[in-house]
Amino acid sequence: MPPPVTAENNKLNRRLGVDAFLTFMRVVMSTFVILGLLMFIGQQIDPDNFVASRINPDATGLTAAQFEGLVISGLSQGAMYGLIALGYSMVYGVLGFINFAHGEVFMVGAMTGMITSNKLDESGAWESNFLLSLLFVLVIAIICSTLTAIIMERVAYRPLRGSPRLIPLITSIGVSFFIQNVSVVLLGPGAKSYPTLPEWLSKKRELLGFVTIEGTRLMVLVVAAISMVALWYLVERTKIGKAMRAVAEDKEIASLMGINVNRTIVTTFAVGGAMAGVAGILWGLLFRSVVHTTGFLPGIKAFSAAVVGGIGNMGGAMAGGITLGSAESVAPLILLEPWGIDGVSQLKDAVAFLVLIFVLLVKPTGLFGERLSTEDRA
Amino acid sequence: MSTEDRGPSMSTAFIEEPSDEELPARRMLDQDWRKVFNYGLLLALVLVFVALTNMPVNLDHRMLIEPIFSMGYLSLFWLPAVFGLVVCREPVLAGMPSHAKGSREVLAGSLVGLIGGAGLSVLTFLLDNFNLRDPLVNWSPQLLELLSFQRDTAFGIAIWLPVGLVLGTFGGLAHLLSATVRRMLSWAFASVIAFAIFETVILDLSEGFAWLGAEWLVEELYFIRGGLTMHGAAVLAVVGGLFAAFGRDRAHRAKERFDALEGTSRTRANAIGLLVVAAALVILPLFLGGITNELLANVGLFVLLALGLNIVVGLAGILDLGYVAFFAIGGYTAGILTTTNRGESWPDWMPQFYWGTALVAVVILAALAGLFIGAPVIRMRGDYLAIVTLGFGEIIRLLFLSDWLGGYTGAAQGVTNIPGVQVFGLATVKGTDPRAVFYLVLFFCAIAIYVSWRLERSRLGRAWMAIREDESVAEAMGINTVNAKLMAFVVGAVLASFSGAILAAKVGSVFPNSFIILVSIVILVVVIVGGMGNIAGVIVGSVVLIGILGGPRQPGLLQEFSEYKLLIYGVLLIWMMLKRPEGLVPNVRRTRELHQDEYLQDAWLRGEIDADSEHTDDSHSNGNTGVLPA
Repeated sequence: MPPPVTAENNKLNRRLGVDAFLTFMRVVMSTFVILGLLMFIGQQIDPDNFVASRINPDATGLTAAQFEGLVISGLSQGAMYGLIALGYSMVYGVLGFINFAHGEVFMVGAMTGMITSNKLDESGAWESNFLLSLLFVLVIAIICSTLTAIIMERVAYRPLRGSPRLIPLITSIGVSFFIQNVSVVLLGPGAKSYPTLPEWLSKKRELLGFVTIEGTRLMVLVVAAISMVALWYLVERTKIGKAMRAVAEDKEIASLMGINVNRTIVTTFAVGGAMAGVAGILWGLLFRSVVHTTGFLPGIKAFSAAVVGGIGNMGGAMAGGITLGSAESVAPLILLEPWGIDGVSQLKDAVAFLVLIFVLLVKPTGLFGERLSTEDRA
Repeated sequence: MSTEDRGPSMSTAFIEEPSDEELPARRMLDQDWRKVFNYGLLLALVLVFVALTNMPVNLDHRMLIEPIFSMGYLSLFWLPAVFGLVVCREPVLAGMPSHAKGSREVLAGSLVGLIGGAGLSVLTFLLDNFNLRDPLVNWSPQLLELLSFQRDTAFGIAIWLPVGLVLGTFGGLAHLLSATVRRMLSWAFASVIAFAIFETVILDLSEGFAWLGAEWLVEELYFIRGGLTMHGAAVLAVVGGLFAAFGRDRAHRAKERFDALEGTSRTRANAIGLLVVAAALVILPLFLGGITNELLANVGLFVLLALGLNIVVGLAGILDLGYVAFFAIGGYTAGILTTTNRGESWPDWMPQFYWGTALVAVVILAALAGLFIGAPVIRMRGDYLAIVTLGFGEIIRLLFLSDWLGGYTGAAQGVTNIPGVQVFGLATVKGTDPRAVFYLVLFFCAIAIYVSWRLERSRLGRAWMAIREDESVAEAMGINTVNAKLMAFVVGAVLASFSGAILAAKVGSVFPNSFIILVSIVILVVVIVGGMGNIAGVIVGSVVLIGILGGPRQPGLLQEFSEYKLLIYGVLLIWMMLKRPEGLVPNVRRTRELHQDEYLQDAWLRGEIDADSEHTDDSHSNGNTGVLPA
């Protein structure tokens, strides 16, 4: 005999210990953030106020210039996360799985950029004709990372379409591992550096009279914005973009409407790969160094950015990237430091993951997303 | 076999004799040229890639058969043969006639080998004429020397074409051999390679068993500076081949007899087998030297970790990528509680604990960590969960590494001066005595195996498997999925923390860098390659991968492979997922789930499913006229 439906065993009404615990965690995390922020504001007003003198005695507060520097570096970092996140988000929208190896596509872009730009530097073209060689490097890197993404899809993911959903995820972990180690065995395990940038690009400049920004960071922001607009145009205004949206909506019906689903999926991977390639070059130019593990953490963080912005939503991916980048750069100082935690810059990566966990706990759909992280897609 | 012959007798007849009717062999030129060409190009690419990874040069000094054959050349030579074999392989379907093999297969194999060889010729030419050393670190004269067989470049360019051709032809010829001959050859080859690879272990064993006259045998078999002797290899090949021809059938029959056993006799047979294995594991280390025992201890640590992850991933289907966090918590808790050199932030009154007592704290903390990490992620779907757990794993490592908690955890210096484990005042288990470590690991592995085995058959284990297959259905069946999943986290965490605690006692120190995400992924590879959800599979996976290739920081038997082991792990992971997601030693139920379509198709072919609602037409129920040969 089935048990009677009562408040006790009705799933909707069932209160579990886990839920209580999660509510508790939400409250604790929110309180921690809000209190940290309040204490930071207090610290800014008076570094020796009675709270700060107890909790964080060496509080000094931040000067406006320091704060501006943090925000700008966070923004430029976040723009790159956003570019990578677009690839995650698009592939997730179309295939419904996380391409763990997408960070490696980004690394391939950075590596090919390193190789080409060093070759150009040797031949002298890097100095004599910087803009043209930069364009050349960009094109080569985009081609290589796009090819990587396409081959990846063809070899590893297409045969697995329709299998249980952990299978492609595990495969993509394998792909990521493989690409990283291919780079180790072919190019060597050491860090490799980009050639120096010309002085006129890397120097600090005044913008609009009140912001001082390093030229390279400005370039990152501009290139990211251009790529974003181009992508928006591609997805919203062209036929292939329409096909992508249709396939993301429903593969079977899209194919009934005469859309070549396979080709559309490949295009999605290619476009995501191209964006990652651009991000790779920007990363290389900004930090001037690449290793085989360059792609791993930015990849994971970009995924977090995609989730924070709402996965499957392109504007959300960019917004998530910027949010995550700035949070990572600013939060250790304005949220953790007031609590008297030392060495906060070491916890930068931890903050990025905490942001992800916090967002998933408080708003599982992400900032702009409609899809639930817990929801199952067929 | 005719279509008139209907009913159950027919369906069993064609299952047992799948290819008693063969179509005539295809003609030599009746090729799928495009496929042959693609395989050739792929082979050329793979060969060039392997050459550029420097594997041939690095492995060249590891001799397999002294003085003619090194592992370096083996790393190149096996590829054309395998590609030559695979290019014409066709799936064998039960009840479907297949073509007889003939000259076509040989030609395809040769062509593939030839194109592959041409790839290496081109590489040899390029190596001689261009310098790409800048991006490609292995673009070296040594590689050129190896590729041209220590002669001039022209010889190298010329020789790879016939070498590829011959090897590819061998691969193609394998199609023509009868099954027995093919099996004999592969066993002969495998036994030579296996004995060459396991040289260290066998030498070690022979020293332990010197009183049996084993040393004499080994001296005959192996060359002094490594590698098999020519006559040793010949003897091994013959023995392996003969075993394949005669011994294997008997082994099969014995296995069938064992499978046929039921009830108490089956239980008894199982118990006897288990006792024999246990006795061997207890007695064998006494005769082994330090290196092998160290290796066994490392394998044991990974068995423990993999058994824990097996519960989380294999049984409950939760992809936990932050599994290393529990390993770290186990290691740090045990380390901090037992060390003589504790961080300055701990209160002075805290005593230095005995390892066994610390283990209680380890279990409690690991279980709490399992709950704490599990609770927020439990409702997320699989891939989100993977990334978030990965994030937790990274957060825990960063916390251990940070200056903030440095007073407690020692930051980058880690926890040092951890004493070994005192066992009833009889012995001290620490890193300098690998045999004792192995026994300690063995003890915990035994516990873990027992726990996994009991859990798998318990109500909880069945709940896990139900959740793995379909969470919504499991919930509808009345399973409390949240609690079951949390339990999986907790059990996995406790097993991993044991491993961490042993590691702390074994190494004498714990560092944050021993607990990078890589460790999680290596354990995942072990579980997947071995066979998700199968205890024996997980053990086999650890022995094969960690024992032979080595763990993230631990060397394996093939120390020459240490540069390539992560690459090989990546390839293995992709390969297993694509071709054999159930692993080397599959779990029966898991295999059915993963290959549901194929099972249904087989059942349909066998005529077991004939009342399928969509296919109840006459031709189908009358014996599959459309599918079977007339």
